[in-house]
Amino acid sequence: MKLRPFRIVLVLFTSLIPLALLAVLIFLARYSWPALTFNGWHFLVGHIWNLGNLYADPVEQRGVLAPIGADYGILVFIVGTLLTSAIALIIAIPVSLGVAIFLAEGLHSRLRGLLSFVVEMLAAVPSVVYGLWGYAVLTPLVAHTLGPGLRTVMGFIPFFSGAIGSGYGLLAASIVLALMVVPIIAATVRDALAQVPSETKEAAYALGATHFEVVRRAMLPAVRSNIIGACILGLGRALGETMAVLMVSGGALNYFPGNIYSPVTTMASFIVSQLDSAMQDPTGMAVRSLAEIALILFIISVITNVIARLLTGTSRNASPV
Amino acid sequence: MPHPFKLSRITRRKWLSGLGWGLAAASFVLVATPLLDILYTVIRKGMSALSFELFTKVTNGISGGLLNAITGTLVLVSGALVFAAPVGILAGIYLSQFGQGRFGRTVRFLDDVLAGVPSIVLGYFSYVTLVIGLGWQFSVLAGSLTLAIMVVPYVARFTEISFMQVPSGLREAGYALGFREFTVITRLALPLALPGILTGVLFAIAIALGETAPLIYTAGWSNFLWNGKLIHEPIGYLTYVIWSFINQPYRSAHALAFAAAFLVILMVLLINVGLNVALRRARPARSGQR
Repeated sequence: MKLRPFRIVLVLFTSLIPLALLAVLIFLARYSWPALTFNGWHFLVGHIWNLGNLYADPVEQRGVLAPIGADYGILVFIVGTLLTSAIALIIAIPVSLGVAIFLAEGLHSRLRGLLSFVVEMLAAVPSVVYGLWGYAVLTPLVAHTLGPGLRTVMGFIPFFSGAIGSGYGLLAASIVLALMVVPIIAATVRDALAQVPSETKEAAYALGATHFEVVRRAMLPAVRSNIIGACILGLGRALGETMAVLMVSGGALNYFPGNIYSPVTTMASFIVSQLDSAMQDPTGMAVRSLAEIALILFIISVITNVIARLLTGTSRNASPV
Repeated sequence: MPHPFKLSRITRRKWLSGLGWGLAAASFVLVATPLLDILYTVIRKGMSALSFELFTKVTNGISGGLLNAITGTLVLVSGALVFAAPVGILAGIYLSQFGQGRFGRTVRFLDDVLAGVPSIVLGYFSYVTLVIGLGWQFSVLAGSLTLAIMVVPYVARFTEISFMQVPSGLREAGYALGFREFTVITRLALPLALPGILTGVLFAIAIALGETAPLIYTAGWSNFLWNGKLIHEPIGYLTYVIWSFINQPYRSAHALAFAAAFLVILMVLLINVGLNVALRRARPARSGQR
């Protein structure tokens, strides 16, 4: 076989992408291994995160050196991550479908480009700017308007009643996440709607359907798997979002949210907020336990992405531009 | 005899359809309003914090200018491109030309997966391997490499798509004239694909400019101008100012945070508007593509 240097160079550089992914998995797993043996399953079900006594001599527990009283349980952050993402999706999914329908079918082509740009910009705003806006605008709004309003309307459900607090918390974090997820779902569904064969639409029109009925009864069912895939893609984004959540969630350590206004902490935001204090641990077990959180987040994101890609089909996901 | 029921049924369907369109339009307003408010808030508060000193002085505690952060962001983003552009472009070329087999499909899939990995996970990976493992400490190289891993999937994706749009007749003509693979790709296909590749690189820049989480524990923070060292020396960047200074209870800190946010949003907005105009102009050439 002829040696083709150009092609060899291409293959070598191309291999770097899967290798990077593999390296993230291997090095996070290797680094967090002592934490995995130390924490065991307690890591996922414990709800206390305690660095232990950093001033006393560390002792050997379960085969590894850790500070006395060290206890790493992340159930509070798992619950925080799942709750913020779930509420964000409950808000984002209907809104995204509305936006996708509006952009794909409800506009003349000239206006469509302009208004699509609004959604693209929503995806382009950096996470930390969402956090800044959440800090300056959204949390006061939640504390004084949205929170009291929601409590008046939904207050008969315990989860929506009780103290509203400062505005930092589950509700603010979920709203910010919803804003960040909408462009992902809306763009994917809009592109899928645009690909629906015109025969499908014409058949529905021929049966006497109105334009909206064509969309609702003929087009949406045709792109159902794309919609589910897009939602899972959005879920993956919400689960791993860090800065925006960190800046509006208030931060809760060692207690579960009592209502929708309570402060929360997610797994991703906890990593950023805790590394400084974790570095004080001379045994490094706290830093390794944070690596275990990162490892779990990595595995979750790979799983959600694989499912989403399989559902949206072999065609590449909607390019962000 | 006209059936009274039938008429009301049609009326009801029309009403429901109208309601459906109304809800769809309302959804759009619901997401457009926060976006406009974000831009309005950042621009209003950012503009009022703008001053000449911002661009001439370095940060001094929580006041002063942003020169260190502005140059730091540029250094980190350029550093990311140094790694991400060659890898992404070469990978994109491979995927577009030879990516039909098992290896190509796998890479394409993993490329998508890598784009979905949360940035904080990549940041922590770099912290563990580069900052601690290799002992680079908070540094330009660690920050740039992390950003590069983040944006490389986008460069590869854009490059692949733009090479796919080169008419295959052109390549075949090249081979028919006896050109080598290398010549056909670099001399015939590359000039046509170049605008698409640049689009991908610009897109990567826009993402890298706005990232915070992967930099906090790889690039660190510094009040001083970058001294040219690649490792062992932390560096400042704009998004750090936004995140960190807004939590300080001082007016000067808040002003700097909004000024930094204004600069970041301005750059991201300019890149996106530019891309949008360029893509729209290129639309006729792109039609017929999947």
